[in-house]
Amino acid sequence: MPSNSATAAPIRSLDVKISLLEANDRLAERNRADFLRRRLAALNLVSSPGAGKTTLLERTLDGFGRETKCAVIVGDLETDCDARRLRRPHTPVVQITTGTACHLEAAMVARSAASMDLTGVRLLFIENVGNLVCPASFDLGETARVVLLSVTEGEDKPLKYPPIFKSAHVVLLTKIDVAEILGFDRAAAIANIRRIAPQAKLIQLSARTGEGLDEWCGFLRTLVPRT
Amino acid sequence: MHEAGIMESTLALAAAKAREQGAERIHRIVLRLGALSGVEPDALRFAFDAMAKNTPAAGAVLEIETVPACGYCPDCDLEFAVKSDFIFTCPKCGRISGELNQGRELELARLEIS
Repeated sequence: MPSNSATAAPIRSLDVKISLLEANDRLAERNRADFLRRRLAALNLVSSPGAGKTTLLERTLDGFGRETKCAVIVGDLETDCDARRLRRPHTPVVQITTGTACHLEAAMVARSAASMDLTGVRLLFIENVGNLVCPASFDLGETARVVLLSVTEGEDKPLKYPPIFKSAHVVLLTKIDVAEILGFDRAAAIANIRRIAPQAKLIQLSARTGEGLDEWCGFLRTLVPRT
Repeated sequence: MHEAGIMESTLALAAAKAREQGAERIHRIVLRLGALSGVEPDALRFAFDAMAKNTPAAGAVLEIETVPACGYCPDCDLEFAVKSDFIFTCPKCGRISGELNQGRELELARLEIS
């Protein structure tokens, strides 16, 4: 409440106009510059919990990861289960446990990247915390944002979570091998993705059968900076 | 629920700006929030009520301006208002656009300080 006392300073209006995420955005730009300098592309993988981010990465590291050196930063609230699943002799992996935080922030990525040996790494996968809401607002400095939607979720999910799908460079429709048995309407899901995220490249795949992985790896190859 | 973290940085930013101006108190905080910012105004208000105590913004009014989403059609060179379904259908050519001209704002717009 304004004070009525005669000595109180008058209330002034001050135009500020700065982003509430200014600190994160600044660090994200720093990450982007750092990745560019290291000649590596960074991917921010975002989805609901259980959409298949880790399984896709396992398959990717076992195939594509042998021809192109990759690294992984993986975020979860607790445990290093995912890091243990992803660790390969040819792949540095760092687990971030966020505790209660529902998303990764640029500062966490910067710290993790600094702790890894990124020599020779051309592609850095950042597996975000499973969450379709909060990660939408936090730029990590990635080259591309990849949003996964699995056929075990609803066809209407893109309509329900517009901010994250609108921010996607790529949308992956995952687990397509079980779409039919689940009665998942792929055509409807694809139409919804196209309506909400027309800017995004769409790849349909199954990490289990390998269907669509060639297209996924082909896309990854286009991201790898020429040396 | 990332609104608590965003409110924490809002209060820190506001306090820093007020201090720069030699002000001791913040009476009003005006935020601009895009319809596609991914941030919920009610959750921000809830966080503000819980966190503003013992800061220079204690007792301040939190004003949240919502910025509607605006799509852009590059084919027609046309900016248009987006309906609540967030599907950016160009009203002229009917094509769906992926371009957003407005609606991601998440901004500390103005303060009233003394």
